[in-house]
Amino acid sequence: MKHIISLLMENESGALSRVAGLFSARGYNIESLTVAATEDPTLSRMTIVTTGSDDVIEQIIKQLNKLIDVVKVLDLNDGKHIERELMLVKVKASGVFKDEMKRMCDIFRGRIIDVADNSYTIELTGSCSKLDAFIEAIDKTAILETVRTGASGIGRGDRILKV
Amino acid sequence: MDSKANPPAETSTKSITGAEIVIRCLNEEKVKFVFGYPGGAVLHIYDAIYKQNGFKHILVRHEQAAVHAADAFSRATGEVGVALVTSGPGATNAITGIATAYMDSIPLVVISGQVPVPAIGMDAFQEVDMVGVTRPCVKHNFLVKDVNDIASTIKKAFYIAKTGRPGPVVVDIPKDITAHIADFVYPKTVEMRSYSPVSKGHSGQIKKAVKLLLEAKRPMIYTGGGLVLGDGAEELIKLARALNYPVTNTLMGLGGYPATDKQYVGMLGMHGTYEANMAMQNCDVLLAVGARFDDRVIGNPKHFGGVKRTIIHIDVDPSSISKRVKVDVPIVGHVQSVLAEMNEILTQEKPKTNISDWWKQIGEWRLVHGGRYEQSSTVIKPQYVIEKLWEVTKGDAYVTSDVGQHQMWAAQYYKFDKPRRWINSGGLGTMGVGLPYAMGCQFADRNAQVACVTGEGSIQMNIQELSTCAQYHLPIKVILLNNRYLGMVRQWQEFFYEDRYSESYMDSLPDFVKLAESYGHVGMQITQPSDVEGALKEAFAKKDKFVFMDFITEQKENVFPMVENGKGLSEMELPKAKGAKQ
Repeated sequence: MKHIISLLMENESGALSRVAGLFSARGYNIESLTVAATEDPTLSRMTIVTTGSDDVIEQIIKQLNKLIDVVKVLDLNDGKHIERELMLVKVKASGVFKDEMKRMCDIFRGRIIDVADNSYTIELTGSCSKLDAFIEAIDKTAILETVRTGASGIGRGDRILKV
Repeated sequence: MDSKANPPAETSTKSITGAEIVIRCLNEEKVKFVFGYPGGAVLHIYDAIYKQNGFKHILVRHEQAAVHAADAFSRATGEVGVALVTSGPGATNAITGIATAYMDSIPLVVISGQVPVPAIGMDAFQEVDMVGVTRPCVKHNFLVKDVNDIASTIKKAFYIAKTGRPGPVVVDIPKDITAHIADFVYPKTVEMRSYSPVSKGHSGQIKKAVKLLLEAKRPMIYTGGGLVLGDGAEELIKLARALNYPVTNTLMGLGGYPATDKQYVGMLGMHGTYEANMAMQNCDVLLAVGARFDDRVIGNPKHFGGVKRTIIHIDVDPSSISKRVKVDVPIVGHVQSVLAEMNEILTQEKPKTNISDWWKQIGEWRLVHGGRYEQSSTVIKPQYVIEKLWEVTKGDAYVTSDVGQHQMWAAQYYKFDKPRRWINSGGLGTMGVGLPYAMGCQFADRNAQVACVTGEGSIQMNIQELSTCAQYHLPIKVILLNNRYLGMVRQWQEFFYEDRYSESYMDSLPDFVKLAESYGHVGMQITQPSDVEGALKEAFAKKDKFVFMDFITEQKENVFPMVENGKGLSEMELPKAKGAKQ
């Protein structure tokens, strides 16, 4: 099952490699991993999307907690949460695609952020599955390039991950 | 360390070099021995060592041995072991030692030199990304990039190494940083918001565990290296005696419970005793203490899980719990404190069930194999050597081993009554640890009897340390069980590869007697079973001499019982009748 794990860790060089190294060394999946400093520059916040059985997820959480630089770990799937991912898609925008892409972009509440002679670049945010759905919905032959950030997650309401 | 050698409690000094700060930190940590090898990147540190007398530096002959010796010093004493190596090849040579310590949770601080900060990343001479290379095999590591951070980093390194589940910590220090000047202030305490190891176990869980134990009909206590490292042996003995329950130790846990005690059923696992494995498999309540149900211990986890039993697991590391086997009552905490709390409850309560049938069953299992091996009057049996070693040393030696058949025989036939006496590489299974481990033990206790049980394959992996042993007059006794084979490889080839002994024969062996003598040691070769005891007595009577004993043993002796890879604990192979082939 897919899990979104949020963690806070010391914002030090090599911190990311410790997490990435743990996942590869123990054979855990990473679907996506995003990281950036928080409002407190000494802390980094990381969101890891992974899949595994309950036992594997339990081990992942324990092993992450064991990393000395990791301050807090939270499995967002343990409660209500929100996930958002940003995707940039460059699509063909000539001939039949010109209107079609604009229309699909509107339906998915994306924004065209760059217009060139033959292409649009569409910015789309939402849950991972919404971004997947957009890719599914448009004509594959129109896609020139995609780039996704991976999911960022946050708990709903009072669920707060803070030191 | 002589406390007079250092300035009194003063923990700050103005304007000294980074190298001097390193030394001062080690003095503050009351380090007695630093095992190391000099080189370009650590020259400033070695210059500072020259000018100090707080600790003794032990010059090894290969960096791997420095880390192994520091590791054994820690295993024998419980203190943090310290090794010092230079950058690049010095650092990479240390890796096997670090990985070995990591797998067995041994607290070490390994200080490695690094190229100067401006040269990092430039493929400089003797540069290696030590923090990157060691990341998967350390508890934590640091690269120090500012002289002002040296003291706080080393303080953290010692703290991290010895607290929680212990482990090795690497501190990589660039050469220029050791030349920079700073004021030395050694922090009194460490505060890390990201690291706060637990100590006390959850009282509710502990009560629940004791209740389950008291109601058990077929109880079993299974303890591992964590019990030894957590200094929980005394509390465990108290607990086991109060309950009168059977106890088994893992390879790493030998000595955690006295092997000569009647409640002890021997080591369990791949080469465990028949009774220990059967009791483990068939118990209804299992108390696991500082052990991790690894593949060499419980065999196939599916087979093990096929029998219903309630498992209580005490471990300081939450990630060790429910990793390979689902646990019913997890207790995260320091084994000593958790066991003490259990004993406290047990002063009020006694077992509710009569387990005499269980003991009777175990008694029957004891008779099935009982550690028997076929004695010979013409050729030396390796098991016999270990039995005699136990007798001659009165069971009170530090016994180190390398890895392979001799390791298993030492574990099976030397009855360890005390913790921290059996020093081996259980997790990583590192051939070549035996001799440097013996060095670490002898430094830990200069007057102790130290025996290194080894094979002719393993001993040659760090044989250069014969020179270190000569330099420091270490009266170690090497017990070489020389069967001219990589015995365990050969045994597996016999069992699983139809006797195709691919590259497992050890040809072109040196004359070990002459080799030992060339270093100024005593060399002995023993070929007759009747000479074994006398030779051991003679060797151990030479209290100030390093004695290398080359026992020419049975070539194709096998280790039994054996649980084949992937098989269940109760599916042991036992030796067939005389002359029969496996």
